[in-house]
Amino acid sequence: MPHDGHHHDHDHGEGSELSPIALRVKALESLLVEKGYVDPKALDVLIDTYETKIGPRNGARVVAKAWTDPAFADWLKRDATAAIASLGYTGRQGEHMVALFNTPETHNMVVCTLCSCYPWPVLGLPPVWYKSMPYRSRAVIEPREVLKDFGVTLPDDREVRVWDSTAEVRYLVIPERPAGTGGWSEEKLAALVTRNAMIGTGLVSLPA
Amino acid sequence: MKLAESERLPKDSDGPVFAEPWEAQAFAMAVKLNEAGVFGWGEWAETLGEELKGHPQRPYYESWLAALERLVEAKGVMSEAERLARVAAWDRAAKATPHGSPIELSRG
Repeated sequence: MPHDGHHHDHDHGEGSELSPIALRVKALESLLVEKGYVDPKALDVLIDTYETKIGPRNGARVVAKAWTDPAFADWLKRDATAAIASLGYTGRQGEHMVALFNTPETHNMVVCTLCSCYPWPVLGLPPVWYKSMPYRSRAVIEPREVLKDFGVTLPDDREVRVWDSTAEVRYLVIPERPAGTGGWSEEKLAALVTRNAMIGTGLVSLPA
Repeated sequence: MKLAESERLPKDSDGPVFAEPWEAQAFAMAVKLNEAGVFGWGEWAETLGEELKGHPQRPYYESWLAALERLVEAKGVMSEAERLARVAAWDRAAKATPHGSPIELSRG
C-alpha cells in the first residue's frame, strides 16, 4: 500500500478506514454532485450498464451477422457505424467505427498506443491486458511475438496490420469464419466469437 | 516476460469489469463529465495518455483518477485545495464512523 503521508491512529476496533484512493474518489464525487455536474443515480445506472448489459457479446453478434449476411458484410465495410447501429449498438466510444476484415492474406490487430481507446458499445470495457503498457508498446513493434503470447501463430506469408485507435476512430476486427460451420445459425456462430478475436489477438476456431 | 504471464489475463466471461467499486465510480465520473461538456474526449485521451506514460507501473485506474483530478482542476470545476480539504473531511468522517455503518460526511 502506498504511504499517503497522513496520520493513522491505531484504534482500529472503533472507526472505519477508507483507502487513500477511495477517499480521493469520494471527495471528487461528492464535490461534483454538490456542484451539479453529476447525478449520483446516473452514475449508478452507467456502472450497472457496463457491468451487466454491455459486453463482447454485442460484437460477436455483429461478426456472426457479417458471416451469414453478405449484404450486411458489405454495409459493414462501407459504413461500419451505421451497420452496427442498425443492430441497436450505439453510444459512447462507438460513434466512428471501422470494421477490419481478416482474410487469408491479412490479419488485423488493434491497439491504442496512447491510452486505451476501445469500442465500448460492441465490446464493453477493455480487458486488463489491452490497457497494459507491455501490450500498448509491443503490439506495434513486434506484433507477431505478441500474437504468439496469445497462442496465435500465423503463416509467414500472412501480413499483420496493426491499427492504432484514436479518440475519434474505433476498430472492430471481423475474424475469418472457421471451416466446417456451413449452415450454422447466427446464434450458434456468435457463440464461437471471442473478444480477443475481435481485437485481433485471437482466431475463431471450433471447440475441440 | 510473456504478456499472457505478466498480466492478469481476464477470461471472455461476463464477469465484473471493475476490480473495486472506486474504479467503477472513477470511470463513470469521467464519462458523465464528458457528456456534460466539461471536457472533450480527445482532451481526456491525451490527459490519460500522459498519466499512463508518466507512471507505467501504476495501476490503470489510478492513472484514470489522476487524469480526472487534473482535468477538473484545469477546467476550473474545483481547486486542488478544495479537493484536498474534501479528502481530509472524508477521512475524518470514516474514522468517526463505527464499523459497519454507512460513512456520511456529516460525521466528520
